[in-house]
Amino acid sequence: MRYLTLLRATRTIAPPPPELMEAIMQLGEEATAAGALLDQGGLAPSAEGARMQVAAGKLSVTDGPFAEAKEMISYAVYEVRSKEEAVEWVSRFLKLHRDMWPGWEGESEVLRVFGPEDFAPPA
Amino acid sequence: MGVAGRKRQASREAVEAVWRIESARIVAGLARLVQDIGLAEELAQDALVVALEQWPREGVPANPGGWLMSTAKHRAVDLLRRRTTYQRKLQELGREVESRPDPTEAELAAALDSERIDDDLLRLIFTACHPVLPTEGRVALTLRLLGGLRTDEIARAFLVSEPTVGQRITRAKRTLAAKRVPFELPPRAELADRLGSVLEVVYLVFNEGYSATAGNDWTRPALCAEALRLGRILAGLMPEQAEVHGLVALLELQASRIPARTGPDGEPVLLPDQDRRRWDRLLVRRGLAALDRAESLGIGPYTLQAAIAACHARARTAAETDWVRIAALYRVLVHVSPSPIIELNRAVAVGNATGPADGLAIVDTLLAEPVLAAYPQLPAVRGDLLARLGRQEEARREFTRAAELTRNAQERALFLHRAAAPDADAAPGPVE
Repeated sequence: MRYLTLLRATRTIAPPPPELMEAIMQLGEEATAAGALLDQGGLAPSAEGARMQVAAGKLSVTDGPFAEAKEMISYAVYEVRSKEEAVEWVSRFLKLHRDMWPGWEGESEVLRVFGPEDFAPPA
Repeated sequence: MGVAGRKRQASREAVEAVWRIESARIVAGLARLVQDIGLAEELAQDALVVALEQWPREGVPANPGGWLMSTAKHRAVDLLRRRTTYQRKLQELGREVESRPDPTEAELAAALDSERIDDDLLRLIFTACHPVLPTEGRVALTLRLLGGLRTDEIARAFLVSEPTVGQRITRAKRTLAAKRVPFELPPRAELADRLGSVLEVVYLVFNEGYSATAGNDWTRPALCAEALRLGRILAGLMPEQAEVHGLVALLELQASRIPARTGPDGEPVLLPDQDRRRWDRLLVRRGLAALDRAESLGIGPYTLQAAIAACHARARTAAETDWVRIAALYRVLVHVSPSPIIELNRAVAVGNATGPADGLAIVDTLLAEPVLAAYPQLPAVRGDLLARLGRQEEARREFTRAAELTRNAQERALFLHRAAAPDADAAPGPVE
């Protein structure tokens, strides 16, 4: 089962400490070595992005930054055997933020990516 | 279910998730301590039982993996102490006993530190895949110890009964003990052979899921995923081994086609007919990257097969397939790893590269091969080449024969369809 996880910062009062970055890399290495982490990346501030919308039959493009304070800061793709396993990896990731980045708050979404099992013919 | 009930339930699943992530490393670390993988597994299972009792009540500890590890380790240490005391008593009685030196506290503490665990994990893999074990024993033990799969899960995936799998595992453990297989990495001189045995197990697990010779249980895609996971773990543990990356590349590339291999009614869709937009691009990218690593380190059968798979992965349409390169790669492959099935694949490639007559000439050298006597792909490939040469009557006979030989109902329908209309314009793909 493949899961996409997105990390969003809801409160940032200081830049991330270097030890956190090191710990994140270490965890990424562990998750890769365990065969669970397939892909990951950090996301640049929304000022460098755009938001696109279809509404009332019109397509519009708005350049960033986006108004709200919540910035999406990274994504990861895991291949695991259960939702709980994905949640466990993301817990480890979030605990690093909690323990090493005082004052930071954020949230993560853990979303399953449809796979061949969802399109399997009826048994 | 009330709030407390839900919390408990979630926690139990959390325990199992942690177990799945950590169990192989825990068993591996314990196995070096007690020098017996069966005993190591029992100790690790004991720790799991304690966790299943405690965590739902007291909450999941901050470092659940570490908790499981140290709980199991304490049990191992207790056991070793009892054992050494027992041995000392026996010695006092003047009996001769085979003894290992008493482990010191420092040795015990070091036994499970994370740097050594990688080596332990590798030892566990090489032991579970030891050539003294029959293939089915190696497969079952590997899925159990490295995959953390339960006996019933392995049984369902392989369409055999639970007691059968249980017996395979028990026998395998007994054989390792009886033959005194040490919990060690293979000596350098044996490494290539022993690694071959490991890679074979991983590939077998993958193919069991991929080829689906019978049945359509949902656990089968899970077997492919499990093999990929094992392959990726191996690549992390043995980054200098070309063939490990070659196998991973092959599995990633083959798995990338899974979404396109089956039609809406479960019918197989052959490579040339697949909707390539459905291929898993992340896996293609990972497969090509693994192939680059493999090719920079050396060349071997898995790397060559991955290179062939990469030719398909790189072609945006079936018509753009570089069959000349594929035929050349098969020529090298059949040289380093001679097999009639690979030669049959080469015939398909040559048939596409330079024409059906050249392909047919190769197939005809294989007609007396005992290995292929009941292999449905032999008449299927021959039938396709004959059809393309305009020899429809002969083609019809070959497809009928292929339909008689296959055990897979969907494949049978495909062959019967070709038998009815042998000149249908399906271009032949490789024998998958």
